[in-house]
Parts: sequence; C-alpha cells; structure tokens
Amino acid sequence: MIGIEHYLVVSSVLFVLGVLGIFLNRKNVIVILMAIELILLAVNINLVAFSAFLGDLTGQIFAMFVLTVAAGEAAIGLAILVIYFRGRGTIAVDDVNRMKG
Amino acid sequence: MIHVIAFYLFAFVTLASAVLVIMARNPVHSVLWLILAFFNAAGLMVLLGAEFIAMLLVIVYVGAVAVLFLFVVMMLDIDFAELRAGFVRNAPLGLLIAVILAIELFVGVVANSAGKASLGTADGSGASPAGASNIEAIGALLYSRYLFLFEAAGIILLVAMIGAIVLTHRQRSGVRPQNIADQIARRPGEATINTRPDVGQGVQL
Repeated sequence: MIGIEHYLVVSSVLFVLGVLGIFLNRKNVIVILMAIELILLAVNINLVAFSAFLGDLTGQIFAMFVLTVAAGEAAIGLAILVIYFRGRGTIAVDDVNRMKG
Repeated sequence: MIHVIAFYLFAFVTLASAVLVIMARNPVHSVLWLILAFFNAAGLMVLLGAEFIAMLLVIVYVGAVAVLFLFVVMMLDIDFAELRAGFVRNAPLGLLIAVILAIELFVGVVANSAGKASLGTADGSGASPAGASNIEAIGALLYSRYLFLFEAAGIILLVAMIGAIVLTHRQRSGVRPQNIADQIARRPGEATINTRPDVGQGVQL
C-alpha cells in the first residue's frame, strides 16, 4: 500500500531535481525560475502528504500560502527579467555585477 | 490496486517531466514539461484527498504561472544556445551537490520510517469535520483560524501585482497617446468659432 514514505520520496527527488536545475542552467534565468517552481512544488507535495496522513488540514492551508508566494515570485521575477532584457539585450545572469537603473 | 498504479504513474511522469524541465534544450519545451509536471502533481494531490489544492495547482500554476513563463520566453528574443554554454562545465558541481542533498533527504526519510523521528500527533483542531468535503473543511478553517494569514496572502498578491506593473511600465517617447482629460475639459467655446466672411473672401483660420 502507498504510505507517506512514497510521497516523501517523490517530493525529495523533485526537490533535488530543482536544485540540480539551478546549477545546470546557471546562465538561463528563465530555467532557474522554473527550477524554483519545481522546488516549491516539492514542498507543496510534502505539506499535503503530511496533512493527509496526519488528518490535519493545516498542511493544505499552508500549501495554499506557498502557492501564493510562488505566484508572486514568478510575477516579480519575470518582470525583473523583462526590464533586465530591455536594458542589456540578454538574460545571461553570469555577469550581473551592475544594477544601475 | 488502482490506487497503487495511479500513484506510480503520476509519480513517474512528474519526476520524468521534472528531469526534462531542467534538461530541455529549448526553454519553450521546458515550460511545456513543467505544465505536465504540474498536472501530474495535481493527480498526486487528488490521490491524497486534497482536491482543492489539486484544482488550485491546475488553475494557478498551469493557468497563470506556466502561461506567464511561456509568454516571457516567447516575448524575449534570446539566443538560447549561448546560454547553454556552461551546461557541461557546471554539471559536476551541480551533480555533487544534488547527490549530497539527496542522501541527506533519504537519510531523513529512512529515519522517519524506522520510527526514530516522531511525526507528532494532530491535536484535532485542524481535523476536517465529519461529513464535510475537503473544500468545505478548508473553507471553515481558512476563514476562521487563518483569516488574517489569508488576508496577508491577498496583500502579498496585491503588492506583487503592483510591483510587476511598476517594474515593466515605461513611458515611450515619440508616440502621441490620447489625452482623455484634455478631451473632456474641452468646451464648445474654444473649439468652434462663428464667422461671417464677405463674399469671395474665404475664411481666416
């Protein structure tokens, strides 16, 4: 039968894949943001799994708040990306050492 | 039995599409794999009995966040081949850190299943009332005990929305937009004149 460990394994593998994605695509901010979404998804699976197996709905409510923060983060991150691209014509973040305007 | 099959199906597709998100050559494909990962994660949530969170994942993540990603990827004109230049060079360090992290997490999971770590017990205050559906129970809890946190989440979304607008808004030069205030403030007296020109004279403007 499927226990909580199965869900924890899925979410931890998803988390590790997200961290790996950040390292593999160090230049491409868009993929880095997607990897962060994967990490937050792993956190959500974890919260919901504990919520379901403990019979306590608090985990699901906090998963909702994580979802809120993920949506806000994606919106602001992509907005910063767009103005960065407008100013420099590239999104290579390897050499972001100037943030003047 | 069907539960087990569904779990392994959803889990496998979620993880496989997560791998493809970070490995795909084209970011548009990455976004599409991300959408598949979200759908299958929603399937996992349904298996857990959290229908509301599952629907939220589909609506918010797939409907809003992934489409926003798709929009930005397609809007920006980027040479993606150049951005992948460091892919192989970064791989060893990334793999090392990922493996260390994975080992740490699995140690935690194994310790948990061996009974070394106590999960704690729910005090019953967050338990879903008997006979209530998932969404009813979440609503009852969200609008009572977590009301202020819920409103704070709303404020976070408002700030994010205003921030995104302020960041990306720009005043273009060289365009002549409609000035609605000027149009409304205009009176007939300053817009028209009555003239009575002599015959053959024409109108002086």
